[in-house]
Amino acid sequence: MRLARRDFLARTGGIVVAFTIPSAALAQPSPTKPAGPSVPETNPVGGTGLPSSVDGWLALDRAGIVTVRFGKVELGTGIATAISQIVADELDVPFASVKVAEADTSDTPDQGYTAGSASLSTGAIPVRQAAAEARLAILDLAATHFGVGADRLETAAGAVTVRGENRRATYAELVDGQALHRTIATATKVKDPDDYRVVGKSIPRVDLPGKVFGSYAYLQNMRIPGMLHGRVIRPSPIGAMLTSVDEASIAGLPGVRIVKRDAFLGVVAPSEWTAIQAMRRLKVTWTGGGLAPVTDLAAAIRSVPMLSEKAVIDTGDVSALGADALSATYIWPYQTHGSIGPSCGIADVRDGKATIWSSTQGIFFLRSAIATLLALPNSAVRLKYVEGSGCYGHNGSDDAAADAALLSQAVGAPVRVQWMRDQEHGWDPKGPAMIVTHSAALDATQQRISAWRSDVWSPSHSTRPQGDVGNLLAGKLIDVPAAKVTFVGGDRDAKVNYQIPNYRVTMHNLRDGFLHSSAMRGLGGTQNTFANESFMDELAAAAKAGPLAFRRAHLANDARALDLLAALAKLGAWQDRPAAASVDRTAVTSRGRGLSFVRYENTEAYVACIADVAVNRKSGQVRVERLAIAHDCGLIVNPNGLRNQIEGNAIQAMSRTLKERVAFNTSGVTSLDWHSYPIVRFSDVPDVNIVLIDRPHEPILGAGEATTTVIAPAIGNAIHDATGIRLREVPFTPDRVAAALRSA
Amino acid sequence: MSIRITVNGKEHDVRATPDTPLLYVLRDELELDGPKFGCGLAQCGACTVIVKGRATRSCVIPVAAVDSPVTTVEGLGTPAHPHPVQRAFIAEQAAQCGYCISGMVVAAAALLEQHHAPTDAQIHQALDGNLCRCGSHLRIARAVKRAAGERA
Repeated sequence: MRLARRDFLARTGGIVVAFTIPSAALAQPSPTKPAGPSVPETNPVGGTGLPSSVDGWLALDRAGIVTVRFGKVELGTGIATAISQIVADELDVPFASVKVAEADTSDTPDQGYTAGSASLSTGAIPVRQAAAEARLAILDLAATHFGVGADRLETAAGAVTVRGENRRATYAELVDGQALHRTIATATKVKDPDDYRVVGKSIPRVDLPGKVFGSYAYLQNMRIPGMLHGRVIRPSPIGAMLTSVDEASIAGLPGVRIVKRDAFLGVVAPSEWTAIQAMRRLKVTWTGGGLAPVTDLAAAIRSVPMLSEKAVIDTGDVSALGADALSATYIWPYQTHGSIGPSCGIADVRDGKATIWSSTQGIFFLRSAIATLLALPNSAVRLKYVEGSGCYGHNGSDDAAADAALLSQAVGAPVRVQWMRDQEHGWDPKGPAMIVTHSAALDATQQRISAWRSDVWSPSHSTRPQGDVGNLLAGKLIDVPAAKVTFVGGDRDAKVNYQIPNYRVTMHNLRDGFLHSSAMRGLGGTQNTFANESFMDELAAAAKAGPLAFRRAHLANDARALDLLAALAKLGAWQDRPAAASVDRTAVTSRGRGLSFVRYENTEAYVACIADVAVNRKSGQVRVERLAIAHDCGLIVNPNGLRNQIEGNAIQAMSRTLKERVAFNTSGVTSLDWHSYPIVRFSDVPDVNIVLIDRPHEPILGAGEATTTVIAPAIGNAIHDATGIRLREVPFTPDRVAAALRSA
Repeated sequence: MSIRITVNGKEHDVRATPDTPLLYVLRDELELDGPKFGCGLAQCGACTVIVKGRATRSCVIPVAAVDSPVTTVEGLGTPAHPHPVQRAFIAEQAAQCGYCISGMVVAAAALLEQHHAPTDAQIHQALDGNLCRCGSHLRIARAVKRAAGERA
């Protein structure tokens, strides 16, 4: 049936949709009173059916090596190091003796997606509980071994000693290679954070040496015996049907096989270079397809059919907001994940079984989607995670795995597919374009917000494959039914944490728009926080207040937020005054500074930022000179690892703010390389100063993406401070800035 | 056909057509995993190797055009005998996903051969063609400085 692909093309017509409410944020157990694995966890980031026994999570071999089966994967954020620190402390073993197994559907707990900055905040909790239970199991073994009560035993560095005596046995001797089969009791106490020795230390990352010596086992480096190389050829224009393939056009290339199925087309060859040449030389004709022309992105976004509406918050009464209210519209473009290594997938589909190697963020979800694609039962498909290039969300990894699976099934041999650069830029699911409109008024004192109304237009920020095949690119190309739509992430941070008596935020859930889109770092939190924190500055200006004082006045009930802002002001030497107070319109370079704040997902990490910018009034070039960031994510597991994440978020988000926008025409994406889709370079990078607020007795909050959300508004606010112009559409390219300055 | 190239001090006779980019010979014939495919357009630097002392994009240079010895990241150092740049990258924890890092290390090593004590501007200029998406730039630049200091 053809409807599936037409839906992908954002035309109107018979779409198959279903609606579900995004799962609420998971409750945060405190670190001193953790939830055991029996506490219900929900997808997408929690997982289901978690092991109830220690050996489902941990194994200890005769050499004393502890193997952790962690259902969250290493995406390059250092998570393997962090979880090893937590296990080392809870189990009382040396850090170096803890190893994290690569996730594998055959023996790793299903902890859902590695996403949403949730790997430590939720993912670590059952692992820590299992480690605490494992320590009790070993104490029981030692009590029998020594013939004393467990209360007389002490554990340290992977060994048990009898208090006050010389008797000592290592864990390895006591366990003797046996499985630790013991039910994890929710009542088992975990350590008091005051007793941590490894958590809280800047342990060097375990994965970095391999990455620096060129030996790291990336997916892109894997070789399977008998492996062939595949490449895919995508419809042009987007959504076209395959009409003919001229096999003679590649007759000179040895050993090439062509695989075609509806609009899915690929080549398989003995060598990678031969496959690439075949992909390039093969003469193919396509018919139909294409996108509606777009001249105005905001109008285009609004033209996409709305599937549902929902109030994110509706308190008090905003109906009094009239034409005299302060109003503004903010626009965010489609952006690409921009993985430096194009996505890769390896598949071995033979004899009614399949093994897939992928850098997916959700091995169990992808397994079921690929099983459906291959018409195999779930039990016949094994999905193994292997780290690839950084993904920053739902990049092409799942789709490349599906490509490899179809090609392998067709040729009956293992096939490795790596996308080309133009394919990654052109076909990865895009970070969604969004529009946010705000309207608000101050109260009689002219110092406080009395009413605020927001409207957010967004497609779902998650179209990850979940069992059904319609969210896999290969699935769309072979015309399977469209996937159901689950609205996720457009409402992330749509609501601010400021105290506002009359407040309404309406989410307008759109169908997947012009370009297929899905999760990209921060989801809608990035777009919404840009809009919210820019608008807070506009309101502060209307109140003739300093940006800091104005925010503080609306956060009076949140001591943690006020602490954070105080720490930031100190770090950045912030002198609060109304913005754009003294703009020199004759200077070539204008400098300014802007501030922003978020509590990510309203309940997660607190982050605030000060950006210092220099704006060249002639060229419109914006240079970010410094970013100061204050960050509070509760208990800090690895301070240097956390700083690395914050720096990375800041620099990547600065790149998205100043440079990045996917260009497309009626044929599809046209920004297909690093010249047409530029990202930040060394010469663009600002100083980044960070203050971490450690709260060892507070739950771990995520840190993988929160900082991303505060960067664009801080830069936009700084540009306003420097020049008096307010930029409401990302990216802040020189042509846009110069045009705004000319018309000011 | 067979083409002779010298990589990391060893001669190899490789079977490849003359137009095959060096990158595919290194990765697929010699099984050297350090140089990565990033763009195939000489735009990102993930494939960087050293030829004639210069950082060279192996994704666009045909193997038949390689007339001098090639050094990849594997040829710079090993865990037992690390190159100062490799030691400095670990000391500064200068990576996240690390896909670009082989190219960064190689480009930095080539820079330090030309400038023993590079300025910040020289470091930025030398690495500006090497893209990092994780945002590890500050650490990478610090690592290059540190390596220069260690060599001095």
